[in-house]
Amino acid sequence: MGNYRFLEHTADVMFEVNGKSLKEIFENAALATFEVQVDLKKVKRKVKKKIKLKNKDIGLLLFEFLEELIYLKDAKYLVFSKFKVSIKENLLGKRSQKGEFKLEANAEGEKIDPKRHELKTDVKAPTFHNFFLKKIKNNWKARVLLDI
Amino acid sequence: MKEGVISPGGIGFDINCGMRLVKTDLTIKEVQPKIKDLIDEFFKTVPAGVGCKGFVKLNNSLFEEIMQSGSKWCVENGYGWKKDLERTEDYGTLKGADLQKVSQKARSRGINQLGTLGSGNHYLEVQVAHAEDIFDVETAKKMGIIEKNQVLVMLHCGSRGFGHQIATDYLKLFDKVMPQYNIKIPDRELSCAPFQSQEGQDYYAAMKCAGNMAYANRQVILHRIREGFGRVFKQDPEKLGLDLIYDCTHNLAREHKITVDGKKKKVLVHLKGATTSVGLGHERLTKLYKNIGSPIIIGGSMETGSYLLKGTKKAEEDTFGTTAHGSGRAMSRTQAKKSVRGENLQKSMEKKGIYVRGVSMSGLAEEAGFAYKEIDTVVGSLKKSGISEPIIKLRPIGNVKG
Repeated sequence: MGNYRFLEHTADVMFEVNGKSLKEIFENAALATFEVQVDLKKVKRKVKKKIKLKNKDIGLLLFEFLEELIYLKDAKYLVFSKFKVSIKENLLGKRSQKGEFKLEANAEGEKIDPKRHELKTDVKAPTFHNFFLKKIKNNWKARVLLDI
Repeated sequence: MKEGVISPGGIGFDINCGMRLVKTDLTIKEVQPKIKDLIDEFFKTVPAGVGCKGFVKLNNSLFEEIMQSGSKWCVENGYGWKKDLERTEDYGTLKGADLQKVSQKARSRGINQLGTLGSGNHYLEVQVAHAEDIFDVETAKKMGIIEKNQVLVMLHCGSRGFGHQIATDYLKLFDKVMPQYNIKIPDRELSCAPFQSQEGQDYYAAMKCAGNMAYANRQVILHRIREGFGRVFKQDPEKLGLDLIYDCTHNLAREHKITVDGKKKKVLVHLKGATTSVGLGHERLTKLYKNIGSPIIIGGSMETGSYLLKGTKKAEEDTFGTTAHGSGRAMSRTQAKKSVRGENLQKSMEKKGIYVRGVSMSGLAEEAGFAYKEIDTVVGSLKKSGISEPIIKLRPIGNVKG
């Protein structure tokens, strides 16, 4: 569905995303995280959840975004199949906020329904093992290992 | 412990993931004709898979009691028998759990998950101890395995989203503060802080909250196992001899005394996929097992079998009092799914006499026997190295897969 690729890993799930923008990276990483857990095609877009996060470290911002989505799965029983993400870098303003990345995302999905959704494997958390998000020439690339 | 560190990644996201083994006084002859009823019953009454809700409804204050007292709360509230506690590591309660060190997020993830199996490699399995698979008859007898071809139940699960969130919270905190302590590590996932630092102590106290939740989770599921047998066999579970043999963890950190150059030293042992292995008389053992050594439950794949072993003095000397926890995967999940379809695997297992139900068919394929290392070889190497002694091999006849 999205622009991501699962890599071989013996015990857990590792994926890589490539994109021209940070927006693409974040949206595709979120899709990959849910593809592990559910058949995305079966998740209707009934609920919209707004997520706002900020961090000076863009990698940590991605980590926290995925963490927030996993949290919503357990605490609110939500699975998502569509993400719209916007990321802005704060270049002006107060010194403490300068260089901060601000994320605003809309995650669309619905409450988990074991009868209709084809549920797969539960994701426990994103990990820092081999984790990276970096710009290579004009493209962004990220790698995430999910603990399952 | 004065100079050492504590690392959430070195303990694992599923804090106090562990194994539980329950015996019955029933034999395969009695259980085999009813195996489908039994497994269907457990599949119905023990929620499993992504986003499942637990069967124990809790409010905040009850959840706090569980965070502090683990299995003890369950037994006091009708989810078990008093004697279950001396058959659980730490008597089912980790002392020193501090509620203040647990985030609101972790609470929200965990409050509805008491009494859930989880997903991935978590399972509930009905097994048989065939007469020819008992290697240490005397110890097996002491544990209540007397009959020929006696039936047992094995459980593998942990602290669910509650533990996952606590581990994530502190992984991020340690990643941030580590430079202040001048600690450098090769893998960021092993971010750590000095054990004696504020952060280190906070995590240790939060980890214990998750540890207690996991003990409680396995305890309430044990209660369901007893109820299930009671219903299917129309008998009082006590009369069916459904005694807990042991509950042991394999994802936790614990203070442990070791001998270095003839001197006793207290260290913090990180158990990540490692089970405690100590020989008879060790101070960590509950009274019941003082003269046996620590029971060790090692899970294999759902097709090939598992083992019950006992701890040794050699492990105390060689491996900080630890041993393995499972056979371990040999093949990736994607590769396993490419090799077999869940539905086909289910059918071929049934032909072999193993009735399996799974929430997810793709999840089932990921757990196929060929995706795991050969359990007999793994246990063989543990025996050879002297860090655990096999008591019985257990073969599956029914399985509920998360």
